[in-house]
This record gives sequence, structure tokens and C-alpha cells, in this order.
Amino acid sequence: MPGRAATFAQAAAALMAVLAVLAGRIDPARAQPLVFDLSDHLIAISTAFTGTEVVAFGALDEASDVVIVVMGPPRRVVVRRAEPIAGVWVNRESLTFVDVPTFYGVATNRPIEEIASVTALERHGIGLEHLQLQPEDGTEADPDTVEAFRQALIEDMQRRGVFGVDIGQVAFLGDRLFRTTISFPANVPTGQFQVSAYVFRDGTMLTAQTSPLVVSKIGLGAEIYWFAQVHAAAYGVIAIVIAVVAGWLAGVVFRR
Amino acid sequence: MTVYLPIAEMTVHALLILGMGCAVGFLSGLFGVGGGFLMTPLLIFIGIPPAVAVGTQSNQLVAASVSGVLAHWRRGNVDVKLGLVMLGGSTVGTIGGVLLFGLLQRLGQIDLVINLSYVFFLGLISSLMLVESLRSMLRRRARKGGGGKLHNHTLLHGLPMKMRFPRSRLYVSALLPFGIGFLGGVLVAIMGIGGGFFLVPAMIYLLGMPATLVAGTSLFQIIFSTGIATFLHAYQNHTVDILLAILLLAGGVLGAQFGTRASGRLPSDQSRLLLALLVAGVCVKLAIDLFSTPPTPFGIEILNHVMVVGT
Repeated sequence: MPGRAATFAQAAAALMAVLAVLAGRIDPARAQPLVFDLSDHLIAISTAFTGTEVVAFGALDEASDVVIVVMGPPRRVVVRRAEPIAGVWVNRESLTFVDVPTFYGVATNRPIEEIASVTALERHGIGLEHLQLQPEDGTEADPDTVEAFRQALIEDMQRRGVFGVDIGQVAFLGDRLFRTTISFPANVPTGQFQVSAYVFRDGTMLTAQTSPLVVSKIGLGAEIYWFAQVHAAAYGVIAIVIAVVAGWLAGVVFRR
Repeated sequence: MTVYLPIAEMTVHALLILGMGCAVGFLSGLFGVGGGFLMTPLLIFIGIPPAVAVGTQSNQLVAASVSGVLAHWRRGNVDVKLGLVMLGGSTVGTIGGVLLFGLLQRLGQIDLVINLSYVFFLGLISSLMLVESLRSMLRRRARKGGGGKLHNHTLLHGLPMKMRFPRSRLYVSALLPFGIGFLGGVLVAIMGIGGGFFLVPAMIYLLGMPATLVAGTSLFQIIFSTGIATFLHAYQNHTVDILLAILLLAGGVLGAQFGTRASGRLPSDQSRLLLALLVAGVCVKLAIDLFSTPPTPFGIEILNHVMVVGT
């Protein structure tokens, strides 16, 4: 068959090309400045989930600094500020931020301020203080207010343990191979995560690569959650039936 | 042993929840109240989102009131006709309350309203009970036989739509039990309580119902109002956590048995005094929270994906 013969010829040519490259260059990694992946692309949350770890690893072509940023799925977040009215604290002003990552953690091989300048970090939005958080369109609040609300949002997420988490440190094996263990807490949000590796040398970012990570509920918990969302009415009826049966059983068993 | 709660989206220790259910169940068995007014604040305290605490609590109360009403039913202590009139009111109240709950949630004022209603109702009820139980303790000591009229004629007896309730030997306006039911329904929806601590005194003092029928009739009515609230919270707000409800239920059933046994050894006026003090304690704690300066004036809420169709 001519089609298959052509494919075979192409494959052979490609193989020859690769071999030529390998023969010419002693270090194949040099062809790619960064190779990066995760040990797992799915975190399954079962009913006994108490947090988990994922290994991020990769190889560089030259000794450099590595910054790994983990970002949770973006959501809209409302920040409200309470003021005392007649002594009672009442929510007054509110500001909605869009595309707020629901999880944010950074791992580095040495203190981040030694790796890159503030300007560079700001440009790439690396680190909590440089995280880009924008209020939704049409917000009339002045910059000072926005900054205060932004700060409050970050502090609240830190208290929840989903922002600025100490996800671990990047360790090097030799000059080229790196790895880090990212720990996720029990209250990790669900959805599509982005794990990015940034390579810095002498304060400049050379390259970056992003790997997806899905956090998803599985098993009974996932089934219940899904059912409660999709068949809300049936879920409500089942909840009532379970309660009535349980209450009736209790009343009969412990008959006074 | 840890358990992941699918709707609350958090991991909890099963024993902690069972223990809480057991402790509150004990108190509810001891005092003959639902215990929702203790459980909802406790759930919020351990980190369950307030909306999930209220929704789940209403589910748990369905079971608690079913098992509670059985004993009263066997003794014939349920006035079904009066209960149904109250149920009419509480259905309207619960539906309105759940809608109001959703509205306040969007406005970011739900926590404040929950706390304010707790402080107001718990304060009112505890002071009424305190005065009443102290008075009856004094009376018991004085050993004065109580004469007096069967019931006092007040403005409330001038309301239209009078109806006969033979079981309770009452001839009152249907608007009265309907109104009490309505307010009870609002409380179920907003506060995640059965509302027994409001219904029982209201039925005794406002309706003048025989005390033997009050507990059974209010429980009978609470089954339906908490059932409606459960359905609406599940359907509209997705805030009913079946797993959490089952854990609370298991602990509650166990605790209630011990509580009921213990209640036999406690004179009723003393038990009412203790309950009044307990309610007052919760009220004072919540009032302090309301007035004290929070660690931060800011609060955040992460919104779920909401599909906005058009603009």
C-alpha cells in the first residue's frame, strides 16, 4: 500500500533526524531548556480525603533557579467590609474580584527575592504580593479602597489555608534535575489547577511551562454532590425520606 | 475517623459530630426541646458554612420531631386540627423565609440577620421562662392552690374567623394558630431551628392550649415545616448535607434517650429554670459577638459558578 509505505518512509526519516541530533550533541536536554511534569494529573477527593501530595519534577539545560507556582481554579470573590452601626457590626461596602485563584502556592529553590527583582516578579505575577487581582468592571472604588479589599481577600484566603501555603521547596539533584513535593490541604478546592514552572537565570525569566492538574471528587462524596446539584428536587425528597425513616426507627426502637 | 462532607465541602472528625449530636440530643431529651438553637451555632462554630448549617439542621430536625411525636401520638396528645391550621401558616412562613434567606445571602446580610434573630428570640424566650419558672417555684413553696379563670380574655380573642378545636377545647380565631405557625415557619427557614422554643410558650400563653397537648402538637407541625424547609434549602440553595445530617441524627437519637431518662429525676420547674439559663447563656454569647469588634472588619465569600444567561 502506497500510503503505509509513505508513512514508514517519514518515520524512518524522523528517526534518522533524531539520531543525527543525538550524535551531533552530546547533551540532548540542551535542545529543550525546560522539561517539566507532575507525578499525577488528578487528585481524587474521596470521603476519607485528608490532603495529599503531588511531585513536580523536571530537567533544565543549565543550572538555573526554578519557581513553581500552583494556582487553583479561578472564581469570583465578594469582599465585604463591616462597620459598627449603633454598636453592631454590619456589612456595608462590598467589592467583587474576578478570576481569583482559589488556591495559590509558590515553591522555590532559594528565597524568591534572591531569584528575581521585584519588577520581574510583578511582571509575571509571581508571589502573593504580586498576584493580579482585579475588581470586576464598573467598580467605582478608589485605588486605596481596592488595595485594602485586595489585602483583606489575601489575608482571608491565608487564614483558610489556601493562599501562600508552604507547598514545599524545590530541591536539585545535581545542577539539572529538580523536584518538589506539593502538599495540598484537606480543604483544597476542586476544579482545574495550573502548575507552572518558571526558570530564572541571573534575575531574568528564560522560559516557563505549565502542566494541568485536576482536583475532583470521587466515590460516594462526588456522587452525593453531583446528585444534589443536578437532581436537587429528588435530593431534597430523599433527604426528607431518610430523616423520616430514621426518626421513626429511633422512636420505635427506643419506645418509652 | 474523618469523614468528607460532600455539600459542606470539608473534612470533619466523625466522632466530633456524633459527640455534638449526642450532647445536644441529651439536652433536648432532658428539656423536651428540639435543640436546634444550640446545634446551629455549634455547627457554625466548627466551621460549617452558616447556610449549610441551617439547611442541614432543618433536615436533622425532621427526624428528631418524627421520633419525638411518636410517643405523644400514642398517648393521643396531638391536636391534629389545630396542628393543620398552624401548618398552613408555617408553610407560608417557611417558603417566605427561604426566599428571604436567599435574598439576604445575596446582600451579604444573612449572618447578621441570623445572629440578630437569635439574640432577639433567645433573649425574649429566656427572660419569659426565667420569670415564669421562678414564679412557679415560689408558688410551689408557698403551696397556694391556684384558683383564677380558665383563661384570660384578651384582644386576641376578638379576632375574626373563629374556629372550634374540640381536642384542645378551644374556640379561637383561626388567624391565631395560623399566625403562630407563620412566625414559626420563618424561624425554621432563617434560623435552622424547629422553633419549639417559640411555639410552645406561644401555644400556652397566646392560645391557652392545655399543656399536655402543646408538645405533641408543636412537634407534629414541626415535622412538616422542617420538611418543607429541607426541600427548599436543598432545591434552591443546595445547602443540605445528607452525610452531616445522618451523623447528627445518630448522635442525637442516642443522646436523647439518656436525656429523657434523666429528665424523670428533675422537677419540671427546675428543668425549665435550667433551660432558661442555658438559652440565656447562648443569647449572651451571641450578643457579645454581635457587639464586639471583629478581628477584621472584612469578610469574603467565594461565589460558585453562576451561569448568567443574557445580561
